[in-house]
Amino acid sequence: MEIFKSKLNIDFIGKRYAAFTLSGLCILVTLVLLLWRGGPNYGVDFTGGVVIQVKMEKKHTPSEIREALAGTQLDDSIIQEFGETGAFEYLIRVTNPDLQAAGLGDKAQKALSEKLGEKVDIRQVEMVGPQVGEELRKKALYAIFYALLIMAVYISGRFEHKWLMAIIMAGCLIAATSFAAIFGAGVVWLIFIALFVTIAFCWFLTLRFAMAAIVSLMFDVLITMGAFAVTNREISLSIVAALLTIVGYSINDKIVVYDRIREVLARFRKMAFKDIINISINETLSRTILTGTTTLIVLIVLLIFGGPVIHDFAFALLVGIITGTYSSIFVASPILLLWEGKITQSGRNSRPQG
Amino acid sequence: MKRLGWRAGIAAALMVIAFVFLVPSMTQELPPWWSGVLPKDKIHLGLDLQGGVHLILEVEVKKAAESYLERVVEDLKPDLRKSKIRVLDLKRRGIEGIELTLPPDQDTKDLETLLGSTYPSFKLEPGVKDEKGRTYLLSLLDQERTQIFKMAADQALETIRNRIDQFGVTEPDIRPQTGHRILIQLPGIKDPKRAIDLIGKTARMEFKLVDEENSLEEALKGNVPAGSEILHESAVDRKTGRKTSVPFLLKKRAPLTGESITDARVQLDTQMGEPYVSLSFDSRGARVFERITGENVGKRLAIVLDDKVYSAPVIRDKISGGKAQITGAFTMDDAKDLAIVLRAGALPAPVKILEERTVGPSLGKDSIDQGLQSMLIGGIIVLILVALYYRLAGLIADVTLLLNIPFILGGLAMFGATLTLPGIAGIILTIGMSVDANVLIFERIREELRMGKPARAAMEAGFSRAVVTILDSNVTTMIAALVLLQFGTGPIRGFAVTLMIGLVSNVLTAVFMARIVFDYLYVHKRWKTISIG
Repeated sequence: MEIFKSKLNIDFIGKRYAAFTLSGLCILVTLVLLLWRGGPNYGVDFTGGVVIQVKMEKKHTPSEIREALAGTQLDDSIIQEFGETGAFEYLIRVTNPDLQAAGLGDKAQKALSEKLGEKVDIRQVEMVGPQVGEELRKKALYAIFYALLIMAVYISGRFEHKWLMAIIMAGCLIAATSFAAIFGAGVVWLIFIALFVTIAFCWFLTLRFAMAAIVSLMFDVLITMGAFAVTNREISLSIVAALLTIVGYSINDKIVVYDRIREVLARFRKMAFKDIINISINETLSRTILTGTTTLIVLIVLLIFGGPVIHDFAFALLVGIITGTYSSIFVASPILLLWEGKITQSGRNSRPQG
Repeated sequence: MKRLGWRAGIAAALMVIAFVFLVPSMTQELPPWWSGVLPKDKIHLGLDLQGGVHLILEVEVKKAAESYLERVVEDLKPDLRKSKIRVLDLKRRGIEGIELTLPPDQDTKDLETLLGSTYPSFKLEPGVKDEKGRTYLLSLLDQERTQIFKMAADQALETIRNRIDQFGVTEPDIRPQTGHRILIQLPGIKDPKRAIDLIGKTARMEFKLVDEENSLEEALKGNVPAGSEILHESAVDRKTGRKTSVPFLLKKRAPLTGESITDARVQLDTQMGEPYVSLSFDSRGARVFERITGENVGKRLAIVLDDKVYSAPVIRDKISGGKAQITGAFTMDDAKDLAIVLRAGALPAPVKILEERTVGPSLGKDSIDQGLQSMLIGGIIVLILVALYYRLAGLIADVTLLLNIPFILGGLAMFGATLTLPGIAGIILTIGMSVDANVLIFERIREELRMGKPARAAMEAGFSRAVVTILDSNVTTMIAALVLLQFGTGPIRGFAVTLMIGLVSNVLTAVFMARIVFDYLYVHKRWKTISIG
């Protein structure tokens, strides 16, 4: 069995401006959405607060539950249904950062079973102090930043033999960000600035592969966060793990294409760069689709059967793997061509596609 | 084919090792000959899978420094009197040190001698003159303060460890963190609230005499006499369930504290059938207790725990022998917990809960069931797909894919890693990604075949070219996993470890082991065609 019977020759690069427009639109929509909602919808891990997950015996409206909780420090909580409809599970959420959680689960159980007269199962209690939430947020941001930076070094080394230059760049950036963090610069902005500085560095040092990779990875992460904003899901600690997994998977995908570019470059030394990229994408296309499909199947199964706790995690991976596959072809590869006009002026219109 | 034999041997050895590490997790009881060098650890299940409590506590070490300074203030008073230094005012200033006001005519020579001989951990700062006299700061040396902080944190860790040991939790994980924090994980615990109460209680026990010279009514109006304080006894009426709070006017000074307690046991009152806690004092404590009870017959002695009055019995007679009992409306669990905290001792400073995550056992079980179910379904679909698409080569790939499972689980057991819910997701994801390695190799082989190469050459070229890509892509994913391990906490670290083990196992099975089979078929057996779809 084969996906493509004949040798493929789709002109992906020729559609790069359409792709850039589409990608740009996606980014714009995500940014507008995030700004409109006042930033990502952080979960209790990052904001601090208390979440109690309870399982009831029958259906209740949120206000019934809230009333039953009167006088337990939980009375101004937000009640949400959770999981499947027949499960009668609810999340009781309080953002009061001064709350001490010891025994809150117990209190909720007592109040609910007394007032509603049924067996109440406390499934999970999560309390994160505001201080810890702040720290976790910092750690998560640093994790994503360092992961990108170290990958940039590896890519520059492996594909352009620019180990030294990339290591120096990464060293300077890590030193500068930790130095600025010591002096209390806001970490969120710091990381954003650092990322843009990284891209600028890559541009001027012509670390083409690294820059294309970083930009497309940022694209993947951003779009996934956008999908979370659209569907009103929360960014929790395990979602950060999912984001990093997306980064890992997506870079995996890009490297397969890069690897092929490196090989094709050696095969056809005189061919225009954009044709080389086209050939590489086409030659790896059946692999891209096959791997993407099997991974998606696994994730869809996880999404359906994995249970409510893992649901958002699987959703993040699903979105990330779709964007990751898209960005390998339509973001990472065309970016490699950005320098072309500078290096060889004739590059763009030199030869017809073939 | 000597090399092939060698490789097959290594592969077999690796498989045996993986299974050996898996044996403890698969059997309830290990056979008796399974001892010594063979691994005994099961795969640890994370709290999200087996239920339990995860806590991060902060020891409020500043409070320890405050109480240290308060004690020094008390010690300084008689010493200053002895050295004939007149002092207008003496009090603690934050955690910086002790403020001391001398009359204008007093010089600091005697004070400096006293400090040098008895209080070497303080430095005399130059004074500030005001209308009354000169105010000096005896500042606590920085290294001294750091030492107090460290001692408090260490002692709190030790005390909490003691309490948890006596409470009886299997495999608790208690470890210090930076910033005077303590991470506590109690897997499989049934009554999280009780455990948290037990851990978080400061448990400062004091015996204080009831102030019977002054009127409680007067004090409640706001005129608390110097040297006395109001503390409350809270009691729950067993019949009505109503809570009452009874105020007591107590002498502030506690002649006897929990430090003198050597043992505390729960006992049952034979007449009432109610539990009580019996205490034993050390010899100094016994002497003090005998003296207090002897001097105050007919008065009431309050037993105070963390500024709450437990009971205030009337002293009927002098009590010698160093034994006392605490009665009260205890439940059996209350009495047991009180005995535990009294035996394990007080915390040197209060602790604050920074983070609490409790997972009920029912949720953990559901998560495991659902995780395994999706792993099964997803896995089977992928295996069928690969076999359909690549025929015989696909079947070989399926076998190597299945081998990932013992390798990953064995790796988890070997490294003592914790399997968490995101970790199960990680395994599922690795299955998806290990398909990628196979796909890369097989697509390569197909390409080589299309170019007209014979089976063996196509297979060899396909493997050697694809391996470069596979290694590159695995290294980069490994970078993400390493960063995750570095910055992650709890379940995420579990995920990172699972991912890393999964990546290694991918390369091992898809590249190394699959190659052995292909070499056997096309080099050893000299097959001429490849069934690769």
